[in-house]
Amino acid sequence: MADGSPVAADPPSRVRRRRSGMRRLLQRRSTVGVLFCLPMIVLIGGLVLYPACYALYLAMLNRRMTQFVGLGNFAFLLQRQTFRLVIFQSCLFAVSAVLLKAFFGFILAHLMSNIPSGRQRIWRGLLLVPWVIPLALSTLGWWWLFDPSYSAFNYVLQDLGFAPIPWLGVAWPARLCMITVNVWFGTSFFMIMYLAALKSVPEQLYEAASIDGAGTFQKMFYITVPMIRNIISVTVLYSLIVTFSNFDIVRILTNGGPEDKTHVFATYAFQVGIQSGDIPLGASVSLFMFPLLAVFAYFVLRNVTRRGKEMAL
Amino acid sequence: MSGAAAVASVPAPVRRSTMERRRLWALWGSYAALAVFVVTFLVPPYYVLATSLKTDADIAAQVGNPWLIHHVTFQNYIDLFMMPNFRGYFLNSAMIAAVTVSVSMVISVMAAYGLSRLGFKGSAVLGSGVFLTYLIPDSLLFIPLFQVVRMLGLINKVWCLALIYPTLAVPFCTWIMIGYFGSIPKELDEVALIDGAGYLRTLWSIFIPVALPGIIAATIFAFTVSWGEFLYPIAYLYSSDQKVLTVGIAGDLIRGDVFQWGKIMAGCVIAAAPPIVIYAFLMDYYIAGLTAGATKG
Repeated sequence: MADGSPVAADPPSRVRRRRSGMRRLLQRRSTVGVLFCLPMIVLIGGLVLYPACYALYLAMLNRRMTQFVGLGNFAFLLQRQTFRLVIFQSCLFAVSAVLLKAFFGFILAHLMSNIPSGRQRIWRGLLLVPWVIPLALSTLGWWWLFDPSYSAFNYVLQDLGFAPIPWLGVAWPARLCMITVNVWFGTSFFMIMYLAALKSVPEQLYEAASIDGAGTFQKMFYITVPMIRNIISVTVLYSLIVTFSNFDIVRILTNGGPEDKTHVFATYAFQVGIQSGDIPLGASVSLFMFPLLAVFAYFVLRNVTRRGKEMAL
Repeated sequence: MSGAAAVASVPAPVRRSTMERRRLWALWGSYAALAVFVVTFLVPPYYVLATSLKTDADIAAQVGNPWLIHHVTFQNYIDLFMMPNFRGYFLNSAMIAAVTVSVSMVISVMAAYGLSRLGFKGSAVLGSGVFLTYLIPDSLLFIPLFQVVRMLGLINKVWCLALIYPTLAVPFCTWIMIGYFGSIPKELDEVALIDGAGYLRTLWSIFIPVALPGIIAATIFAFTVSWGEFLYPIAYLYSSDQKVLTVGIAGDLIRGDVFQWGKIMAGCVIAAAPPIVIYAFLMDYYIAGLTAGATKG
């Protein structure tokens, strides 16, 4: 990634000793480099960094944005039972969904690697369909499947002699439905990442282990898992960020109901900030995500750059 | 000699056949388990498609198996295309996607070239920074961006999306392109520069053609992001003529408590079709784009 930087990082004294034409070229090269990056810097500076800092400022204003209230919004939120539930639900949603996705994705990747590679294409194609459909649209489909009076799942349940379940009308079933939709959506992403990682494990390791008499599970825990640990952690952390900040599923399935018992940070911030018009409070709700996301992001970046260095060596 | 060979190979086939049988079992077991997963995964898309082909009467009747289509009809699709609002959503989505993809690709290809080849002070930090921005979710920024959009006078104007969507696409596209550009041998562009080609020309006639798979993967990513985004349009757009597909379908077809499920599902099918078609034809690029985040350093 930083392939070009050693050129510019030469100490100035050494650069000065070279021919001045070379120096001009170097100077021009780095100036051109900055120019090439300028549109991106402007875009990210103006529409990512500036809003992020602006959010900090916004979160410290009162509702009408006339007065500075310091950390008042955060304190106010933490006192509210609804918001404490939001914290609990967001963590429950993110952790259980990511664990399930990682688990099923791992199983799927191993099933896929069992079948001959010529046949993998079609199966992979079918399994990735949930990931390809825009989440907002497929969640509409799930919403219809969970519909209180027309639920097609309840038809099956009643056919088998069970009582119908009010899927989205009661807190716990609704939370499980949210998790189900997220697992359905994201499992194949984990599978694809694991498959890519599995292909990078040298076949000789497995052969050597077989000769030494290692069983399937021993091979998995002593060869596969250590070899692909880095990709597993990057995928899990990345997925934690995306799942933790998910908006589409909850907004469409329950919109936070029943009685605000399914809200997550994103939907609660939307309800408070956009729908009720309390922009500062909404900004503080979404800022509550920031510390956790920052920690996850730090570890993703560390793993990715470490991997990049390993590959460069 | 042939007799000796036959005697020597007698025990071998027996052992191999048990191993082969075990492998065959593992193979068919894997197929069976995969089939279970595929069927489970495809239940919701199937049900959406099935509902979109039903008559309103069949959907409301609540008799008979809802998983089967009793009378196939395309009325829902015809009705949707007759609705000027729906055509508007589709056009809006398409316009915004076209602008987002082209703007993001220009910005990120240039930035990736600058970062991977024209190293300057701080380019390494900037590279990591780009990756970090990719990890910032939309739900963290949509409220301050609401204020920004309002200050620019773009609330309830569909074009505000063309301004904001590149922030979702550019970081990852740049990251993918840095990976692809990094794999191009340095000699190639040095030769071009010595031959007198400028930086732009080197980028245009060497880097872009050589890294075409990366360009395709990044383009697909930018398109899917812009086509499927839900939070920004629902937060910033409220009139029917400004909405895009993802928010328009649910918003416009639900009037009070009347759910026109057949039409909603038909809308979902139409809206999901472009990404699925792209995926069907360009699956390998799609997957290359997916895995680039973690496997390309």
